[in-house]
Amino acid sequence: MRVPASRLPAVAAAAAAALAVACAACGSSGTSASGSASGGATFPVTVNAVNGAVHVRSRPTSIISLSPTATEMLYAIGAGSQVKAVDEDSDYPARAPRTKLSGFEPNVEAIVSDKPDLVVISNNVAGLAKRLAAFSIPVLELPPPATVSSVYSQLDQLGRATGHLGQAQRADSRLQSQIKHITAVVPRHSRPLTYYYELDQTYYSVTSGTFVGKLLALLGMKSIADAAKGAAAAGGYPQLSAEYILKAQPDYIILADTLCCHQSAATVGQRPGWSALTAVKEGHIIALNDDIASRWGPRIVDLLKSVEAGISSRGSR
Amino acid sequence: MTAAAPGKAASSATTSGAQETAASDPPTPSAERRPAGRIRPGRAIAIATAALAVAMIVGVTIGPAGISIGSVVDSLAVRLPWHPAVSVPGIDVAIIWQLRLPRVVLAALVGAMLAGCGAAYQGVFRNPLADPYLLGVAAGAGLGATIVIVTRASSQLLPPAAFAGGLGAVVLTYLLGVGAGRDGQARRFGGGTASILLAGIAVAALLTAAQTYLQQQHSQTLQTVYEWLLGGLSTASWSDVTLIIPYVMVCAVALLAHRRLLDVLRVGETEANTLGVNVARLRLVVVIAATLGCAAAVAVSGLIGFVGIIVPHAVRLTAGASYRIVLPVSMIGGAAFLVLADVAARTVQSPAEVPLGVITAAVGAPFFLFVLRSRRARQDLM
Repeated sequence: MRVPASRLPAVAAAAAAALAVACAACGSSGTSASGSASGGATFPVTVNAVNGAVHVRSRPTSIISLSPTATEMLYAIGAGSQVKAVDEDSDYPARAPRTKLSGFEPNVEAIVSDKPDLVVISNNVAGLAKRLAAFSIPVLELPPPATVSSVYSQLDQLGRATGHLGQAQRADSRLQSQIKHITAVVPRHSRPLTYYYELDQTYYSVTSGTFVGKLLALLGMKSIADAAKGAAAAGGYPQLSAEYILKAQPDYIILADTLCCHQSAATVGQRPGWSALTAVKEGHIIALNDDIASRWGPRIVDLLKSVEAGISSRGSR
Repeated sequence: MTAAAPGKAASSATTSGAQETAASDPPTPSAERRPAGRIRPGRAIAIATAALAVAMIVGVTIGPAGISIGSVVDSLAVRLPWHPAVSVPGIDVAIIWQLRLPRVVLAALVGAMLAGCGAAYQGVFRNPLADPYLLGVAAGAGLGATIVIVTRASSQLLPPAAFAGGLGAVVLTYLLGVGAGRDGQARRFGGGTASILLAGIAVAALLTAAQTYLQQQHSQTLQTVYEWLLGGLSTASWSDVTLIIPYVMVCAVALLAHRRLLDVLRVGETEANTLGVNVARLRLVVVIAATLGCAAAVAVSGLIGFVGIIVPHAVRLTAGASYRIVLPVSMIGGAAFLVLADVAARTVQSPAEVPLGVITAAVGAPFFLFVLRSRRARQDLM
């Protein structure tokens, strides 16, 4: 999940565009079929998602999630007991029934043989949704979002499809207030703090226009990748170079490759030339958990907390 | 996938090459007759050296950070003893000394190794399409690197693993090939040389299959593996340079020391044997030397294709086919070529990097076709 999701700019861009179109309408009108203001489970239900109208005939009890983010969301809205299987990368929460299923190279036969009554995916690989539709299996596609508000809408879509709309809406407001709380305590600066966000050791990064970039913008931060030539063409995920990063002199270095590639403040300091960076000299290196940083479920709060803790320690110094 | 490409090229090369040498007259050394338009040997070395100097200056001057030429000169000067009093930003000095210089030097070393080893392989196997990856270095190194990447071991282990994989593959190829060569059946393919080449193809195919399997099993690291396979120098450092320099020296000295024997071999294996050259020993020494150099280059740069083919052939076309010229000029010219290719790799889409293997293949593939189609070239190639 992690690397390719953030690294498939075309897919991300397409998904973002699709989301903008599809969800312009889906916010409230999606409820029409469920018709239940209390969030109670009235089935059948029709959920308007990125991949069109998804019809769920009865309350699903054998959900397969092929998206680590969707898995986290399902458990966050209290639908965990209805989950039958999750993909190999869905490692959170730990009690989720992890299997060998892959969200990248989905095996339709293996999915179908598990007899799911709802499949949640983040990436419609090779027309997966259509192929599963041939077996009358409803598929809900929740792609990498472009904005924070899409997270709420994805939680709502999952809530409707699983009969947990009320809990999904409570999760929304909890998330909203947590984010508000974090952004309220962060020290403000006259100019935005700049950061280099590292996705991997070949210097792939994010601009302020990406989902992660928008989260960090809530903390008053700005990516050095914004000025990179071709950043927009790369869907907001341009590749930078060591020279570019050194010359840009970011205030902070944020590492999202601590698990995949063992990067840390120590390894960054050892890179040739990097010790000349002020951020390295002053220890302004924030290490994130790659998994949290690449998912867009309720744990985006943890990401914000990590970064906030990193930049606030400077403010108090 | 990428690792398979040299193997495939070699497979067609082996069959067609073997038939050709059998069918046509044995090639005769032609450098001494030096046709009109050929460059003199001394001048060829001078031109290649000048090209390398220019390439290195360009390489240090150009980069995504956009440092002015004056600052580049000052940054260079500031680290020298008795340097003039100049003030340059520390970050510029770091960029020049820690990023650009090691990268340029590493590109030169890798280019020299790939081109020199390509020339040596073409000589020792008497096959114009031989490249440094012929005996499985690429596939073995690719497998070693992939194992390190998918097991998420420290990236410090990447160069040693790739080096060990490359060496291991060639040792396997050689043992299998020489063993098969003793077989009477294999002799009909053209003796030891052909069976070694065929063993190389088999070993490369096997290791590439293992590498691809591992790669597909770990889709999360697909991109990292893929980028390594395509080759590049974006993480070059002085430690990479010091890591490979012993192997580079051994390889260069050993290959250059055998350049006259490679010339004798050009008349044919049997003929060289009657002239007192121990062909089997020569082949073993050249393969060991070339493998050390090539595996070291691959270990720090990944799989960079075509340098080992286009540079030696360009040298043969312009300066003659004698290995006394081809080996040294290929090394110097290969260094210059790869330094310039790397400048393109880091500036074409700056600040993003184009994989170096893509640049060399983009230049190399058309040239390769040209070499294949040119009759005159074919006569001169070996």
